[in-house]
Amino acid sequence: MLPAPTMLPPPAPSLSPASVAVWIWHELRLGLPLCTAVALALSLAAGGQFLAHLIYSLCIGLSIQFAIEAGRYGIAAWRRRRDPGGTEANPHWPGWGWMAPWVVLSTVGGYLFGAYLGGLLIGAGHRADPLSAGPRGLAAVMLMSLGVAVAATYFFYSRVRLATTEARAEATRRAAAETQLMLLQSQLEPHMLFNTLANLRVLIGIDPARAQAMLDRLIGFLRATLEASRAGAHPLRAEFDRVADYLALMQVRMGPRLAVRIDLPDDLRDLPVPPLLLQPLVENCIQHGLEPKLEGGRIELGARRLGDRLQLTVRDTGIGLGQAPASAGTGFGLAQVRERLAALFGERATFVLEAAADAEGGSRARIELPIARTST
Amino acid sequence: MNPTCLIAEDEPLLAAGLQAELERAWPGLRVVASVGDGASAVAQALALQPSVCFLDIRMPAMSGLEAAQALAEDWPEGTPLPLLVFVTAYDQYALPAFDAQAVDYLVKPVDGHRLAQCVARLKTRLAEREAGGTTSLDDTMARLRALLAAPSPAPAPRLEVIQAGVGHTIHMVPVAEVLYFEAADKYIRVVTAEREHLIRLSLRELLPQLDPLQFWQVHRGLVVRAAAISTAVKDESGKVFLTLRGRSERLVASRLYAHLFKGM
Repeated sequence: MLPAPTMLPPPAPSLSPASVAVWIWHELRLGLPLCTAVALALSLAAGGQFLAHLIYSLCIGLSIQFAIEAGRYGIAAWRRRRDPGGTEANPHWPGWGWMAPWVVLSTVGGYLFGAYLGGLLIGAGHRADPLSAGPRGLAAVMLMSLGVAVAATYFFYSRVRLATTEARAEATRRAAAETQLMLLQSQLEPHMLFNTLANLRVLIGIDPARAQAMLDRLIGFLRATLEASRAGAHPLRAEFDRVADYLALMQVRMGPRLAVRIDLPDDLRDLPVPPLLLQPLVENCIQHGLEPKLEGGRIELGARRLGDRLQLTVRDTGIGLGQAPASAGTGFGLAQVRERLAALFGERATFVLEAAADAEGGSRARIELPIARTST
Repeated sequence: MNPTCLIAEDEPLLAAGLQAELERAWPGLRVVASVGDGASAVAQALALQPSVCFLDIRMPAMSGLEAAQALAEDWPEGTPLPLLVFVTAYDQYALPAFDAQAVDYLVKPVDGHRLAQCVARLKTRLAEREAGGTTSLDDTMARLRALLAAPSPAPAPRLEVIQAGVGHTIHMVPVAEVLYFEAADKYIRVVTAEREHLIRLSLRELLPQLDPLQFWQVHRGLVVRAAAISTAVKDESGKVFLTLRGRSERLVASRLYAHLFKGM
């Protein structure tokens, strides 16, 4: 029943006009100010001619940027096609191993092309033409362009990586919230809740004192359910009290069809246990064992010490395992008990659900936990 | 004659509460029986023939819907079927079906306003019935059929082989050889041309695992291979008697499923 925590795929490049416009805007948002800054620096250093420098700078800068980006998407797409199950975290980043040489190549190529383009626009041999600046000047400007290109690529790289990390964290958060919600839903089962409220409504009219007592039990049950996920552990007596609240509510509902026996030895009262660990087991006894049984039956809750281990048992005299219609439950309750035990105690805790061995029949769930050494 | 009603509710306080509220909302109504399970509801309703039945959906052993089905199938010819009102605390599957079929239902906790509306509707229907009966049995049957056919929450994979255990031996019975399944207490009789087996399962669990085109439910306790039926003969009460190829016994289809058998 539990959905596997799925990893959100990073947004795939869709080719709607709107998304292309957004992409171009994202690219230009970085490219335009950079080119303008370079043009400003050059015109200050070389003196005047800001407009000419700006045209060259835009032609060269955007050519380089276009080459780098085309390569980034192209190489990434090519690698994805060759190796569809690739380990690269982001589908649009082929890795520095590919990108470093590509950035150098793009810078030289984009530079030459951009300078040629600029020459076409304002006439070759203009004073601002970097190709006419001699080998030393050319090398200096080329190096500067390379520095800018590497910086810009790094900027895109970190932005992509940040988005991926965020998407992953979001997916994890969502999976955790979903589990939490299912847990809450399974505990605040609407059928149980509304039936309880219906009983309460009747009691208010005929027996206000008993209605008040029932309401107190309901409040105790709701509070424990809502707080169970927060507290790490509570004493065994609190655990038994909360389950007793629930069973008292069920006794009001089921009347003489439900008998309850609770046995908690005094020396075990303060042992810490995970909160509401037993709740799903008791609910299963009611829902799948006793509610479907015409004459009802009994639930027994027990605890005993086995050496350095604590054994908790939940037993019912209901119709027995596998007798309820297969579609009646989702198995979420049992899975949840197993998962919690595994997460908290690993191999050191055991959980068994079996048919009760005696003549009364029904089911018996048994949990064994290591007794924490800090407790006395 | 004063209208009468039956209440089927497994929670004693809720049964008492509904009875008290009904007495307030419908002073003329006489509650003739209050029972805690589906089987008693069917038996008492057949015996006392109330005008209205309030049926809780979730009851031990037999649900309210199953009780309604049994009532419709076993109701004596010539007397009007009780008006049915389903009662439920929460049911994400049944309520949309109730709305779709314009079936009366109450949601627990039942508030006075909703109950008054429900009572008004029931009174109208009873008056219509007294005046000459516009609500035909066929109409009620069609609604019930639609409710019973409501999507099951968990579709199951198709069953290929039935494993019937006798002592230490397991008989493997291909579903393709089965002529019909008949419910018998906690068991199902699995009948082939040659012999029969018992399996410990309910029809409710088995049905989703069968191909509905091959196997037709013709009664709450009977599912028959359509291709194995050789003749179907209707009698006046609405029942249909079936003869099978390869078997001598006659099977009975209830009037709830009589619509399955009509000439092309």
